[in-house]
Amino acid sequence: MALSRWCQLSPCGILSVGAIRYGDDNVRYAVDMDWWLRVAVTVDPSPGQHGLPADAGLTSAETAIEGRSLGQIAWRRLRRDKIAMGSGVFIVFLVLVAVLGPHFVANPDVYHANLINPTFSRPNGPWGGISLAHPLGVEPVNGRDMLARVVDGTQYSLLIGFLATVLAVVIGVVLGIVAGYFGGWVDTVIGFAMNVFLAFPLLVFAIALVGVVPSSAWGMSGNFLRVVLLIFVIGFFAWPYMGRIIRGQVLSLREREFVDAARSIGARGPYILFRELLPNLVAPILVYSTLLIPTNILFEAALDYLGVGLIPPTPSWGQMLSDAVSNGFYQIDPMYMVIPGLAIFITVMAFNLFGDGLRDALDPRAR
Amino acid sequence: MVTHNPQTVPDGWQALPADGDLLTVSGLTRHFPVTRGVLNRAVAQVRAVDGIDFSLSRGETLGIVGESGCGKTTTGRLITRLDEPTSGKIVFDGRDITHLRRGQMRPLRREIGMIFQDPYSSLNPRHTVGSIVGAPLRVQGVRTEQGVKRTVQELLELVGLNPEHYNRYPHEFSGGQRQRIGVARTLALRPKLIVADEPVSALDVSIQAQVINLLGDLQRELGLSYVIIAHDLAVVRHISGRVMVMYLGKVVESAGRDDLYARPRHPYTVALMSAVPIPEPAAVGPGGARVRRERIRLTGDVPSPLNPPPGCRFHTRCWKAQEVCRTTEPPLLMHAPGHHAACHFPENG
Ligand SMILES: Nc1ncnc2c1ncn2[C@@H]1O[C@H](COP(=O)(O)OP(=O)(O)OP(=O)(O)O)[C@@H](O)[C@H]1O
Ligand code: SF4
Ligand SMILES: [Mg+2]
Repeated sequence: MALSRWCQLSPCGILSVGAIRYGDDNVRYAVDMDWWLRVAVTVDPSPGQHGLPADAGLTSAETAIEGRSLGQIAWRRLRRDKIAMGSGVFIVFLVLVAVLGPHFVANPDVYHANLINPTFSRPNGPWGGISLAHPLGVEPVNGRDMLARVVDGTQYSLLIGFLATVLAVVIGVVLGIVAGYFGGWVDTVIGFAMNVFLAFPLLVFAIALVGVVPSSAWGMSGNFLRVVLLIFVIGFFAWPYMGRIIRGQVLSLREREFVDAARSIGARGPYILFRELLPNLVAPILVYSTLLIPTNILFEAALDYLGVGLIPPTPSWGQMLSDAVSNGFYQIDPMYMVIPGLAIFITVMAFNLFGDGLRDALDPRAR
Repeated sequence: MVTHNPQTVPDGWQALPADGDLLTVSGLTRHFPVTRGVLNRAVAQVRAVDGIDFSLSRGETLGIVGESGCGKTTTGRLITRLDEPTSGKIVFDGRDITHLRRGQMRPLRREIGMIFQDPYSSLNPRHTVGSIVGAPLRVQGVRTEQGVKRTVQELLELVGLNPEHYNRYPHEFSGGQRQRIGVARTLALRPKLIVADEPVSALDVSIQAQVINLLGDLQRELGLSYVIIAHDLAVVRHISGRVMVMYLGKVVESAGRDDLYARPRHPYTVALMSAVPIPEPAAVGPGGARVRRERIRLTGDVPSPLNPPPGCRFHTRCWKAQEVCRTTEPPLLMHAPGHHAACHFPENG
């Protein structure tokens, strides 16, 4: 295993996010010194290795299901995968929580000083003050409702994780296709840009950026500006992963004879790129988007953790963790650390499991 | 230059009235630079096709045969202008197409079609059969009376597929059926010339004959001209009027079909032929010419086209090689009407 690159090591040594080469695969990871963050490990297969859901497994007419597209076949396969379906259902549930949840829970910003032990600042009662009114208990010190804060945090986590992924995927797919199809100096320039972004000390950059950007800029201000900033920072640094995968896929796709066949009937560049190549990239785009979302969620949590994410009192998982760990609350109220930690863990896990299931379903050679 | 010999067109494969050759290729060359370093300095040249001449008249079929790596695919891609020749000249239907740009080539794409070797990679797995076969019509903006769908269904019928399978995906078909889909796609624009690059080598032997017969039937019905590429002589035997044998980017022998199979002149052709079972009647050619029946095994690998041997390129593997073969390149000479070979010591001479 060659250690090819450390993306960055955070200044306080708490979190590191990076990528290493393991054999032919790029392994991305986000590792914390505590065990509970050590979940975001995704493997980016090298180009041409796992590759496309080609027809390899379904060559003869007899084995194929008649009249079905590869997409329909993949869907059938996915439905049989219980873990993937379970994760998928959970993701749908998370989205519902994010969208509808805030209307059903208590106000996340209301203090409940009466629920806090004044001597130790911890919630009254066992398990962080769990009660009917506060199903996940309350925060230490201020006594804000944990359920409300976790649910509100879901909204921000998913929104930022999802939009940052969309941004990364759009940039990565366009540049990846262009680099792979045109090759030559275009490829060299884009490849260089990818390496620059991958080698960039992202955490240091994010911390510096948040320090530099004033509290209102570009007609936006406060938390809204922060959210936009986080989306752009995370999206801009995640696109090279998508770009590399797409470039690799295009490199092998463009050698396939159907590209020559299209050229031999007089098809022009855009037709080949968007009608012939793009439909073949849907599978890898879907799979790696799904796997990129948890990485981005984790990254956002890390930025919150380091205090450069959302601005309090806006609830976020990373901030709650940070509060619990760095202010030592986990000693007097372990639930304050466990609940946001679990929220991150389960969310990231669900996306990763679903992404893996999706990959298996879309790639017949995987079984 | 090789001229075609009308007598060699077999019965049932009659050429249409010829008014000039459909395709004339002269001195065609393609060298691929081997580059190294960031500056892409060319450090060597792969001489994939190294100065070949041939012509094809209307309705005729030319078979191009040779071992792997001898430049057959490159030749096909040059004729269809999927690749840019290093030098030489390609005249199609009276028009010099050697260096036409992509946009200028576009209208001509209706007249020159290509059938690809691999029925698995030549069909986009994400498109339906209807969309694949109809693509040429859409790309070229051709309007047909009955509409694209009806035309595609007729094409499917023409190549022996069920027109109901219009909405199916390529992965639902067998190799032979897929190759028929490829043929239907090529026919959609009613081309005059079809270049088929090893159209059957990926198929089972039993299916090979079906596809070759289909190509033959279509030629009769539609008056097509073919350049058919194959790596063994058996495949092109039944369909070609003329056969051209290539070795390391050069033409080593070119003759009418019957003449070539009855009396091969070049030792390489003889060696290739000994790998092909010869049916009894052909064992003795016209005039009692002897056909080598013993198996000649070609020893050694094909030398690299990066650095082809001097003199006769075949001398490293030829059992008849003499000193002169190592130093002097044999010219492509006519040994009988329409029968050319490049050898200092030809067989059946
Ligand atoms: N794009 C390319 N760049 C560099 N070299 C190439 C390229 N295409 C072909 N060649 C080389 O040119 C030579 C001839 O290749 P070509 O594909 O024409 O052979 P072929 O006769 O079709 O062989 P096969 O039977 O294996 O298909 C080979 O040595 C090949 O490596
Ligand atoms: S020229 Fe010499 S080496 Fe070449 S094929 Fe003829 S006999 Fe063999
Ligand atoms: Mg070839």
